[in-house]
Amino acid sequence: MKRLLASTALMLCLALPTTAQDYTPDPNAKAGGTMTVTYKDDVATLDPAIGYDWQNWSMIKSLFDGLMDYVPGTTTLRPGLAESYEISEDGLVYTFKLRPGVKFHNGREMTAEDVKYSLDRVTNPATQSPGAGFFASIAGFEAAGEGGLSGVEVVDPQTVKITLTRPDATFLHVMALNFSFVVPKEVVEAEGADFGKKPVGTGAFKLTEWTLGQRLVFEKNADYWIAGVPYLDSFTAEVGQEPVVALLRLQNGEVDIPGDGIPPAKFQEVMADPAQAERVVQGGQLHTGYVTMNVTQPPFDKVEVRRAVNMAINKDRIVQIINGRAVPASQPLPPTMPGYTEGYAGYAYDVEGAKALMAEAGYPDGFETELFVMNTDPNPRIAQAIQQDLAAIGIKASIQSLAQANVIEAGGAGTAPMIWSGGMAWIADFPDPSNFYGPILGCAGAEEGGWNWSKYCNEALDAKAVEADSMFDAAEAEARLALWSDVYMGVMEDAPWAPVFNEERYTMKSERLGGEDALFVDPVSIPVNYDYVWVKE
Amino acid sequence: MTDATASERMAPPSALRRLLRRKLALLGLVLIVVVVAGAVLAPWIAPFAPNEQHFDGLTLEGAPLPPDGRFVFGTDLLGRDLFSRVLYGAQTSLIIGVVANGLALTIGTLVGITAGYFRGWIGAALMRFTDLMMAFPALLLAICLAAIFQPSLWIVAMVIALVNWVQAARVIYTETSSLATRDFIAAERTLGAGTGRILFRHILPHLVPTIIVWGTLGISTTVLLEATLSFLGVGVQPPTPSWGNIIFENQTWFQTAPWLVFIPGAAIILLALAFNLVGDALRDVLDPTERGRD
Amino acid sequence: MATYLLRRLLVSLLILLGVSFITFVLLYVLPADPVRQIAGRSATAATVENIRRELGLDQPFLIQYGRYLAGLVQGDLGRSYLQKTEVAELIASRLPATLLLMLAAIVAELVLGLTIGIIAALKRGTVLDQTLMMTGFITVSAPQFVVALLLLYVFAVKLGWFPIGGYGTFAHLVLPALTLGILGSGWYSRMMRSSMIEVLRADFIRTARAKGLGRARVVLGHALPNAILPIIAMIGIDIGIFMGGIVVVESVFGWPGIGQLAWQAIQRVDIPIIMGVTLVSALAIVLGNLLADLVAPLIDPRIKLK
Repeated sequence: MKRLLASTALMLCLALPTTAQDYTPDPNAKAGGTMTVTYKDDVATLDPAIGYDWQNWSMIKSLFDGLMDYVPGTTTLRPGLAESYEISEDGLVYTFKLRPGVKFHNGREMTAEDVKYSLDRVTNPATQSPGAGFFASIAGFEAAGEGGLSGVEVVDPQTVKITLTRPDATFLHVMALNFSFVVPKEVVEAEGADFGKKPVGTGAFKLTEWTLGQRLVFEKNADYWIAGVPYLDSFTAEVGQEPVVALLRLQNGEVDIPGDGIPPAKFQEVMADPAQAERVVQGGQLHTGYVTMNVTQPPFDKVEVRRAVNMAINKDRIVQIINGRAVPASQPLPPTMPGYTEGYAGYAYDVEGAKALMAEAGYPDGFETELFVMNTDPNPRIAQAIQQDLAAIGIKASIQSLAQANVIEAGGAGTAPMIWSGGMAWIADFPDPSNFYGPILGCAGAEEGGWNWSKYCNEALDAKAVEADSMFDAAEAEARLALWSDVYMGVMEDAPWAPVFNEERYTMKSERLGGEDALFVDPVSIPVNYDYVWVKE
Repeated sequence: MTDATASERMAPPSALRRLLRRKLALLGLVLIVVVVAGAVLAPWIAPFAPNEQHFDGLTLEGAPLPPDGRFVFGTDLLGRDLFSRVLYGAQTSLIIGVVANGLALTIGTLVGITAGYFRGWIGAALMRFTDLMMAFPALLLAICLAAIFQPSLWIVAMVIALVNWVQAARVIYTETSSLATRDFIAAERTLGAGTGRILFRHILPHLVPTIIVWGTLGISTTVLLEATLSFLGVGVQPPTPSWGNIIFENQTWFQTAPWLVFIPGAAIILLALAFNLVGDALRDVLDPTERGRD
Repeated sequence: MATYLLRRLLVSLLILLGVSFITFVLLYVLPADPVRQIAGRSATAATVENIRRELGLDQPFLIQYGRYLAGLVQGDLGRSYLQKTEVAELIASRLPATLLLMLAAIVAELVLGLTIGIIAALKRGTVLDQTLMMTGFITVSAPQFVVALLLLYVFAVKLGWFPIGGYGTFAHLVLPALTLGILGSGWYSRMMRSSMIEVLRADFIRTARAKGLGRARVVLGHALPNAILPIIAMIGIDIGIFMGGIVVVESVFGWPGIGQLAWQAIQRVDIPIIMGVTLVSALAIVLGNLLADLVAPLIDPRIKLK
């Protein structure tokens, strides 16, 4: 299941707090109306501390808010529940001043106590939040539990002070992440584990109906703290709808947005019809699909072999197999990510060159190995295409097509020599280069069970990564990005991965929906920023 | 399927002749021969290697080619010749079908005979265990089992056998227990015949017709189960073609390229049908007292 | 009769216990860590260990099983690892859909099977008879997913008579029910046909002068009652067969039943859901078999309830 954020090509730089633009509202926007979006899989939970899926990520964004937010349709940070903030000289103390008069859906006014409660809750092991690790830089994180985080302090009902153990350039992004969203203590304690089914937040919409397995209905929060927003009176999410069915219903006018995108089989048909094609919005995603090679297992311990693999893969053909809905990748970061190294060609497709490298490494006749892949379409197909490419340079890779959990297990345990990441590929949690490093390329992720399936650990690069992330000052942003670019170039030198492609996202909308294109491939709210779209009626 | 009632004697050779006289059975046999021939002769008949992905096997946008002069059945979503894959797929279906059913029958017979002959608490325990296995929703069990092992042709066959042995066990049990109480068995025992001798020389021969019938009908079930498991993505590993996994890989395009689903689908139906026809006829021929038949 | 029922219920309970144990073992042995699924990809090792401890998954196998059983006895099927919702609630929300589908499938297979069987018997020996019986063979030899895709393609995509999958109206129910029903109709048609032929032989002699409708009514009046008991027995077995394969049909048609729930849960190693669905399915199968066994002696007096 895909998770999380996407990005557009519109905003490339990490715009900084002091120069945060305010969003100019769409002059054509009309208030009122409803919209229907469909999904195949059920929505697991709407608890912001737990939800980490493709479907619920943007729904949670509509139900809750965090201290920070993004300008709609972009990757630019802007203040959210925090009206303003200050960062201390050493970058260790962040003081947020909260917006007054923000109300939860149950009518109660939000205060700094709620912010502390929420942050304490998400880092408390008892909550079992998959996002707890993002807050590791907050003081007291190691000891997080019933006592809460020592680093989060309520100065007064409108002010929160957060102390970090180290300067963290990604901290403001983390404060815009779903896991940090503010929840009301009394409701959480009353509902317990059912809070995920009966969420109450400060967001633009409130959940008014949830029929398990069928539909969720969201209604406008009339008291939302951003005036005039949301435009829609309500929207409905229907689940259990196959993408092909959803598209047909869209064509029939029954549905506004198929949430899982245009199914590959229908893609050409849709794009060939001008009337439909103009309602398709295309945007990049902060996504990279790659092959991992376990650097601790011979023969992948030889860098020549890994580079040969990079050169053996015919990325254009693979993109053709997925019907052109991606661009070949040359490096771990996707093109729309800040820190992307422009002009880097990577390892070009060169079968002869790859064979030469194999011979150099001592494997002129190739070798046998295994390629693990998740068993949902189209990943086994992509793996077979890679298998054929590898065979051309003598690597006989037998395919192990398994359930997602089994592949993850093999990757974490280090028993899988090669893994095609499809279906489990990395999509950025937030638009920052550091998000592509830690768990999947850093030394910490290489431990038993970690997501660094290559078991790659380069101490020098790790040190650079830490250094880059301590450059919290806005003025150093350029230098920071340059440093990150160095890190990823270093990674490509060692080639523990073979990056294959970056997926593009195509959202098709019905005629009645209005709002600028970027909202439909919103980097943050997938597939659409429910708060800002409207209905022409 | 209804239980087979106890048969009298081992089938006389004229049974084969009686079998061949029945039209449906003949049809079934012909189909089996065709599929087996296709499977065995595949390396010679297949125009292309089944796993070869052709660069020109897909359109520029990645769509599969419909049947044409070069690719008799068209290509699949990786540009591979469908006809060749279907031919080689016959190998997979036959091997797994036969092996899995053989295993299932072996296990079932062992359990059934033991329970039916020894009765007592062994018999009761074994039969309760059989009931237990029957209570499992078959597909869920198969999927779970498949997830535990790293899949291969033999693992898939084993998983199917583990799910399918129950029916054979029950039938064998019923027959054995009715046989075991017969006079001639008691007579043999008083004559001092050992258990092994009784089982092998007196009971087993009477079970042969049932075993033959189940051996044939059961292949139909195992072929279907293998196809279903492959369809769900938990069958044999790619790129080994199996009729079920061809459908699995290509089903997203079935509206624009329905032949990718319906040609392998037809193949599955024909093979399962063939074994059903033959097995059904065998059941009539070897045991004409069956109720519910024509 | 009462003691028989009591004993069967006890045995059924033991069987369900056995099912729960074996399933638990299988899931325990799976080379996939549910905690990693819950913790997600960004979790630190510490978070993972915390979650493992919270869920009690660091305990030895028997203790884990014991705790599960203890909960079961109180009617608590646990909570989904990933959704945090109570498994009982999840199953309850989806069970009606599956039951509806099964009911509709039984109706479909009976209507189809009995009708075909009667027609085949009335036209015994003709080409029509042979064609119908052959069709019966074919339907029994077809994998569910092929039938499902075929019906979907012909009647929903090409002809547009029915919606392409989904849930909500009668129209949505038709194709999935037909898919399941077609399979079973093969058996019923053969059973009805033989039953009818026997009756026809008798009636034909006795009512040689009866015409058209009259004969049909008499025939139905005799054949159907004779066939009812075996039908009930078969339905009991059918429940088991349906439960066993419902994953496929629900998946192809997007039917929000427990099959779909189980399939998603297996992908993500959401053990409580898998356990819950397996147990519920096993219960249905056991009850179905009980029904068939209760009816058996009424069909064949030689069989005694032991």
